[in-house]
Amino acid sequence: MGLEEKIPSGFVLTTVEKLAGYMRKNSLWPATFGLACCAIEMMAVGSAARYDISRFGMEVFRASPRQADLMIVAGRVSNKMAPVLRQIYDQMAAPKWVIAMGACASSGGMFNNYAIVQGVDHVVPVDIYLPGCPPRPEMLLDAILKLHSKIYDEKLGSNRAEIIREVELAAMNAKPTIEMKGLLA
Amino acid sequence: MSDQGMFGARGTGDTSGYGGLVRTAASTGSSERPYGSYFDEVADDLERAYPLFSEAIERVVVDRDELTLHVKREKLVEVSMILRDTLKFEMCMGVSGVHYPSDSGRELHAVYPLLSLTNNRRIRLEVSVPDTDAHIPSVVEVWAGNNWHERETFDMFGIIFDGHPGLTRILMPDDWQGHPQRKDYALGGIPVEYKGATTPPPNERRNYK
Amino acid sequence: MSDFDPYAPSRDTTEGTVYSVTGGDWDSLVQEIGSTKEERVVVNMGPQHPSTHGVLRLVLELEGETVTEARCGIGYLHTGIEKNMEYRSWTQGTTFVTRMDYLGPLFNETAYCLAIEKLLGITQDVPERATVIRVMMMELNRISSHMVALGTGALELGAISPMFFAFRERETVLDIFEMVSGLRMNMAYVRPGGVQQDLPAGAIPKIRESVKTLRKNFKDNTTLLVGNSIWMKRTQGIGYLDLAGCTTLGITGPVLRSTGLPWDLRKMAPYCGYEDYDFDVITADTCDVYGRFLIRMNELEQSLRIIEQALDKLEKLEGAPVMVADKKIAWPAQLSVGGDGMGNSLNHIREIMGTSMESLIHHFKLVTEGFRVPAGQVYAAIESPRGELGAHVVSDGGTHPYRMHFREPSFNNLQATSAMSEGGMIADIIGAVASIDPVMGGVDR
Repeated sequence: MGLEEKIPSGFVLTTVEKLAGYMRKNSLWPATFGLACCAIEMMAVGSAARYDISRFGMEVFRASPRQADLMIVAGRVSNKMAPVLRQIYDQMAAPKWVIAMGACASSGGMFNNYAIVQGVDHVVPVDIYLPGCPPRPEMLLDAILKLHSKIYDEKLGSNRAEIIREVELAAMNAKPTIEMKGLLA
Repeated sequence: MSDQGMFGARGTGDTSGYGGLVRTAASTGSSERPYGSYFDEVADDLERAYPLFSEAIERVVVDRDELTLHVKREKLVEVSMILRDTLKFEMCMGVSGVHYPSDSGRELHAVYPLLSLTNNRRIRLEVSVPDTDAHIPSVVEVWAGNNWHERETFDMFGIIFDGHPGLTRILMPDDWQGHPQRKDYALGGIPVEYKGATTPPPNERRNYK
Repeated sequence: MSDFDPYAPSRDTTEGTVYSVTGGDWDSLVQEIGSTKEERVVVNMGPQHPSTHGVLRLVLELEGETVTEARCGIGYLHTGIEKNMEYRSWTQGTTFVTRMDYLGPLFNETAYCLAIEKLLGITQDVPERATVIRVMMMELNRISSHMVALGTGALELGAISPMFFAFRERETVLDIFEMVSGLRMNMAYVRPGGVQQDLPAGAIPKIRESVKTLRKNFKDNTTLLVGNSIWMKRTQGIGYLDLAGCTTLGITGPVLRSTGLPWDLRKMAPYCGYEDYDFDVITADTCDVYGRFLIRMNELEQSLRIIEQALDKLEKLEGAPVMVADKKIAWPAQLSVGGDGMGNSLNHIREIMGTSMESLIHHFKLVTEGFRVPAGQVYAAIESPRGELGAHVVSDGGTHPYRMHFREPSFNNLQATSAMSEGGMIADIIGAVASIDPVMGGVDR
């Protein structure tokens, strides 16, 4: 990315990480990707004075993905829309994050059929999954705040490479869901 | 249409076995005159304006305060023009397809609800075509609003509307194979995975009929 | 697709050269096009666009600023709801149907339930209190839907403040929805045979207060836009569609009423007791975007009138049932809001678990299997904020719908985009589409 990538791990890197994280989380600009009912709740978050999203500086929903860093996939993604979703995601400049808003975006929701992609994580990498049908505006704000703390804690440079390595190792060794023991086991 | 009953192992090993119960639902034949309310007027006006009425209309059904005229597909455009111009059914509320796989020879039905603004009346036209030859003449020149409806019925059922200005898929992606709302097309869900178990998709679960 | 580079300026395809512009590079586009001697440019206002009211794809052929051809691409929100409902019982269908036209969930539910009640033959047996509650909730939904139409329409044409006022009004209505049904949107409140649960205590005074607040707050939007010369310049004479065009395209709702024809199903073919309410049908005779905007603004006041009359009726019907009396159809548990704020029915549970085995069996069969609807087909139509919403329901005598098809008003109304926009300028398409007020969930189902 830049100079930050080359700083060796240590005090300087952690300070730069905190600074970069603070800057990024406080100026997150969402891209409009409202599809269905969740889009209306997202508009309520953006435009209703009660759930004012501009207290986080996020009321500017950028129409162009090139100027946005957060994509809130709000609504059900059909098979026809999936390539468009991927194209918009590709057009966003890194660093970028994705919130899957609603049950349909997280997992296909109540529409387990031929037309809906069962979870947008089949198409784009998701950072926060937000369940609900539709999630209340307060729930969306909570998801955004959790994303803010996630962004604040994001590592850079060699620390990031190490985290990525650890996460991949954990994912390779993880048990698939069906082999996990549930509540009744 | 005949029923195989509520229960019986249909692939899932459901244990309550009433398998031998077969219930034949009576299919609606033609209704007898007088039809009631404005339906008699409509039928009389149509007969007067269209002398070949008995050749074109296979059946007249009056059920739950609604009039359905079963039309032969060759005469559909003629009957539609007369209904629109003489009987003043100016608006067509779209085309709805229904697939009856057990009704061999007449599997695909296209239903056209009509609305008359001047007389405030509603009737319904129904056209039946076999699976093997699913062609229906298009009524886009009579009611232009049916353009997208016919495209949707083609997309979902595979009924080809002859004379349509641009019959392509409208709801599914353009290169989709198959016609989703037919009864022989699976719902296409995937099993939902939980810890230690899965739930089958809705079309594979044990179902009451 | 393998050589697709989202940052590339142009690439050659079988249909000619495709240019990707992302802002700030319009002059390079103009230079490149200028060299090709082509006068017409095909522009794709793709499914992801801030001003197309959802996932609508507009393919425009432009000659300068003038639109020579406008085509709509839909289907980006197709959910297969109609097929999915064939695998669910009749009562469960309400939860699917509610999510089609997501700005007017109660209208979808009511059309569906009216069709089922017609098939069952119990239209007269639905309790009056349930019918009045349905009317009240539908009119509240009409207000919230028109508010979104107004707010987003104004936002797309450049007026930002009406969006905030509209969503503020919408929040008042959504508070009422949450109090009555538990959810702000997609409530699945109207069920075959009645409604899910009765109004909680204290609802009627609260709704009366909200009506007063709404009436006062509507003036904010009215003073901003009605008579505003910029607004009028942008909306008068735009999106012209006269009566002949409307009837042949099968268009209903505010678009049809803007031609001067007072066609409103609430007056013409009354359902749910609408003949007992006193309200006016608003028309305009200018056939343009401004006329439709005025119709929507004035329908808000008419809806408030109906709500007040419904509240008066509800006060007289205190304590009446809200679900049909026929035990073979009615939902077995009479839900109500309990002390912990959650819907429950403790007496019913005490009875089925403790006292009566038959009640338990009855409850179980009704909830898991559902009731049976005699075979036949029916078409029930209601007046949704966008036009005539028709439900064509075919039953084969079983516990699941055999075929469910919704005739959504937005599906027909969107076909008018070409007629309204061709010959006009590209900026007017936005106004025309906003005046049609399409909801893509209903268009694509």
